[in-house]
Amino acid sequence: MRRWVLPTLLIAGLIGAWQIAASTGAIADALSLDPILVPSPAEIAESLWQNRSLLAEDAWVTFQEMLLGLCFAIIAGIAFAVAMHLSETLRIAFYPLIVASQTIPVIAIAPILVVWFGFGIGPKLWIIALICFFPVTVSTLAGLRSVDPEATKMMRTLDASRLQILWRVDAPASLPYFFSGIRIAVAIAAIAAVFAEWVGADSGLGHLILIDNAQLQTARVFAAVLVLSAMTMALVGLVVLAERRIVTWR
Amino acid sequence: MPAKAKEFATESSVPASNEAPGVGVSIRGLQHSYGELLTIEQLDVGVPAHGVLGLVGPSGCGKSTLLELIAGLQEPELGEVALGEKLDPAARLARCAFMPQSDLLLPWLSAIDNAALALRNRGVRRGAARREAGELFERFGLAGFERSSPAELSGGMRQRVAFLRTLVAGKPVLALDEPFASLDAITRAEMQQWLAGALDADPRTVVLVTHDVEEALYLCDRVAVLSARPARIVEELSAPAPRATDRDEAVTDPEFVVVRERALHALREGTA
Repeated sequence: MRRWVLPTLLIAGLIGAWQIAASTGAIADALSLDPILVPSPAEIAESLWQNRSLLAEDAWVTFQEMLLGLCFAIIAGIAFAVAMHLSETLRIAFYPLIVASQTIPVIAIAPILVVWFGFGIGPKLWIIALICFFPVTVSTLAGLRSVDPEATKMMRTLDASRLQILWRVDAPASLPYFFSGIRIAVAIAAIAAVFAEWVGADSGLGHLILIDNAQLQTARVFAAVLVLSAMTMALVGLVVLAERRIVTWR
Repeated sequence: MPAKAKEFATESSVPASNEAPGVGVSIRGLQHSYGELLTIEQLDVGVPAHGVLGLVGPSGCGKSTLLELIAGLQEPELGEVALGEKLDPAARLARCAFMPQSDLLLPWLSAIDNAALALRNRGVRRGAARREAGELFERFGLAGFERSSPAELSGGMRQRVAFLRTLVAGKPVLALDEPFASLDAITRAEMQQWLAGALDADPRTVVLVTHDVEEALYLCDRVAVLSARPARIVEELSAPAPRATDRDEAVTDPEFVVVRERALHALREGTA
């Protein structure tokens, strides 16, 4: 009970306070702004309803980008993690490069990616995948390496090949780590998608937010943010559900 | 083994159940180092086919390394380790199954699938592997626990499944690394009696590492007492035979107590 009631009360309280502060003009006054720039929750809800088809269209675009980008990130992440797990040479060679890839401010090279790959979905997938593959790779590798060396020896005396050890011992052991990497990746995929759309797009929630910001459509900006956030939470929820179904031994 | 006061079986002895004729272990002039550290020095010891050898020694004396050398998981620096006629590590790996200190049951597999791992590794289909391992569950008092997950089993049960996993591999030689070290005293005594029975029913050549002298003398035909690092044999003792099947009876027998005191004395000398 408490687990549901307390956060619900807190959110309701915050929304209520915001509603009062916005509708009385208190926030706008305090920031010396035109009240039109400070939408109240009721106005945001209204905008959400009125623009539902537009928001749904743009959400679908962003959703596809996130999902495809995540797929690439997960495939690349697993491939890199398994390769680095099986070969020490590859691990030594690639690990610094993978860490270094995270220090690249993707925001800085994003315009170049757009020049390279055009305005379509291509550069967006690259940006999302580039940002998301890191947590997947690093946590999957940590999981694969978490196996007790004694278990590997035991499997060898039970006639297991290297691949059988990977499949029957290392891979299942890495699953909890893999899923926590995916949870992080999903959460940052939303940020990456918005940001990729800012660099060059003609649709998507990020694109909508950019346009509406410029046109002072503040209620719709918040409505779009709300949709994005709900979408991301739903995806994280799906990952958690999948983890519970698959990792039953924890 | 206690129940039948086992004299060393020979290769010609009638194999029990589906057992292949046994394979002996012979170690000659063995020397091994871990980095700069000499861990095993000039070690000679042998186990006849279907014999059970206990290795007792202080912690960190290289007992576990010795098991890994026997199992073919490592190559000796000097000297030779042979299982039957076979010297090369791949052949040793093929003839020896290793039971690690902790049970290391895979938590994502059921008890029966853990026990059947060796069969699955050899390409046996899941159903057939379960049937084969299932027969052993019946024979060794684990019937009804086939589908349990390792987390649902008690410590003693987990060790039984871990031992069956080693047996199912069908290797002539078993390397057991302190199999009951993690159990409480009562369960350990039960498990010792259980293992004695299991080895009677399904004889193998066994090298058992333990730091429990009583356990070694109860379960083994011969016990080698090792010194502190670098490990060498301080004394080799024959376990008193015949022994009672009942563990409590066996370990309180006056003759058993005499040998136990000798072993403890040797252990103290080797550590000093």
